[in-house]
Amino acid sequence: MPEFASVGLKRTKRTKRTKRTKRTKRTKRTIILNIMTSRLSVLKTYKIYIGGQFPRTESGRYYTAVNAKGVHLANMCLCSRKDVRDAISSARGAFGGWSSRSAFNRSQILYRIAEMLEGRKAQFVEELMLQGSSKSAAEQEVNLAIDRLIYYSGWCDKYQQIFSSVNPVASSHFNFSALEPVGVVTVVAPQSSSLIGLISLMAPVIAGGNTCVIIASETKPLCSVTFAEVLNSSDLPGGVVNILTGKVSELLPHLSNHMDVNAICFCESDAQQQKMVRENAALNVKRVIIHDDKKWNDDKSQSPYLISDFQEVKTTWHPIENIGGAKAGY
Amino acid sequence: MITAIPDFTITPRIDQVGVEERAARFTKRSLKEDTKLNGLKLALNMIDLTTLEGKDTDGKVKQLCYKARHLHDAYPGLPTVAAVCVYPSMVGMAKKALGDSGIKVASVATAFPSGQSTRDVKIRDTKYALAQGADEIDMVISRGKFHQGEYNFVFDEIATIKEVCGDARLKVILETGELGTYDKVRKASDIAMYAGADFIKTSTGKIPSAATMPVTLVMLEAIRDFYYKTGKKIAMKPAGGISKAKLALHYLVMLNEVLGEGWMNNEWFRFGASSLANDILMQLMKQRTGVYQSGDYFAND
Repeated sequence: MPEFASVGLKRTKRTKRTKRTKRTKRTKRTIILNIMTSRLSVLKTYKIYIGGQFPRTESGRYYTAVNAKGVHLANMCLCSRKDVRDAISSARGAFGGWSSRSAFNRSQILYRIAEMLEGRKAQFVEELMLQGSSKSAAEQEVNLAIDRLIYYSGWCDKYQQIFSSVNPVASSHFNFSALEPVGVVTVVAPQSSSLIGLISLMAPVIAGGNTCVIIASETKPLCSVTFAEVLNSSDLPGGVVNILTGKVSELLPHLSNHMDVNAICFCESDAQQQKMVRENAALNVKRVIIHDDKKWNDDKSQSPYLISDFQEVKTTWHPIENIGGAKAGY
Repeated sequence: MITAIPDFTITPRIDQVGVEERAARFTKRSLKEDTKLNGLKLALNMIDLTTLEGKDTDGKVKQLCYKARHLHDAYPGLPTVAAVCVYPSMVGMAKKALGDSGIKVASVATAFPSGQSTRDVKIRDTKYALAQGADEIDMVISRGKFHQGEYNFVFDEIATIKEVCGDARLKVILETGELGTYDKVRKASDIAMYAGADFIKTSTGKIPSAATMPVTLVMLEAIRDFYYKTGKKIAMKPAGGISKAKLALHYLVMLNEVLGEGWMNNEWFRFGASSLANDILMQLMKQRTGVYQSGDYFAND
């Protein structure tokens, strides 16, 4: 402020010396006044989401997201190997608590995420339009995303009944198979979609009690970080979902070879990358789920089978006595 | 050697801001490649693998001792830990399980962790641990008496236990989390060293506030000053709250820069820890395989 003031003063003096007209003097003053009052809009800093916090990438690197018309959208974190490591360790830390919550409670939290998303619909529509969607397509995508969260919220305490079983055995045992979450899942979200792809993959993973690390679309990253803000305000414990932005080609080796990851979900059709994912996954026998040509903008691309993709089946043999006339009759 | 016992009411004052800033600077060093590898192995070799719980059983101690001898067999050529640290009642079992491995058995004693008992009980506690075969004794100081200003009481107690210990090395636990200020930590360190401690140790691990880098720095500086005055080396053992390999490396950097290479081995420096060992092993395997590791593939103690 004092700088501006002194500049103004100097100029006034100079104008007096050079005998400029009164009018010029006033114009100059107005310009200076305008500089001091016109407001610069504050641009949002898109950070990443790890363990319920919004840190910047540890690498200090950034990339610029641009839309199809070449308009600068935002500076995004260009995450590194160490961000992946940190995210995976916080996902591991959150796994015990999240997987042992009641299915009903997980359902409530997924519903809450949908509620919060509904409340910030306008912001997501705006971001989708910035990234090249038409208004109607953007609105449709956000609505679908909300509905999809509700859909998986409903499944949280139901898929177990559909996929579990009581098995016939020829001995005095009660034999049953039940589902358990696999653990930490790394998810490479589809590049083609900013919001619906990410949500379609995340929801079934966490509905089933897993925790995850998601790499957002590199070219359409805006919604992912804004969605992290939704997650952060919807009772979801920190670390259950971690969202990173950056280059898939750079992060993929670390997402797929980390020994503390139990499954990886990959959505690109690049054969070379798919091969690498499968090879790296073999290190600790990660489960690999690849969706390379799925259209997420579609009512049909939601299913309880996407939950069971990240479930392990545990079969228990429980000895029983023959009570009364009952016997194992197989 | 020690010619005169100083007046403990006038031990040096500690510059809190300075100590904390200096301790923070040690964490800015970056150790890479071979230096990191050697640092990790050294840290592993300095661990007192500890189990001090009410629920400890013979089986648990046996398992811990097996772990001490076979840290991770998938990585040949690893050092062992320095010692196993247990309650007196478990010393016999630990001694048997460790056999001729060269790993020492340290026993806590003197009414650990509170130290709230009579001199007589503390002496008998120590004698029992020694009779069971303990190589090292970890005693606690009477913090209550210390706060009351009865420094002579604290001094005499340490000196008495040292006498009982004989050849066994004595670690004196100050329980810095209960002392409150760096000034008091420095004072307690001085008392312990002049009374005959072989090690000074930060904490019992039984209260939330355990070893921190600034507290350890204060104690290392006390050791350095004592060494300049008397020519006698005292060992250091931070304990509690050090569970990450990276933090252990920061401690080693601090040790090297304050006391120098003479202290960079497990005769003069120990980590009291239980989960640190696995984290170091995971880092070592990461260095070797290039892949981040999972706790699933490392033995829980």
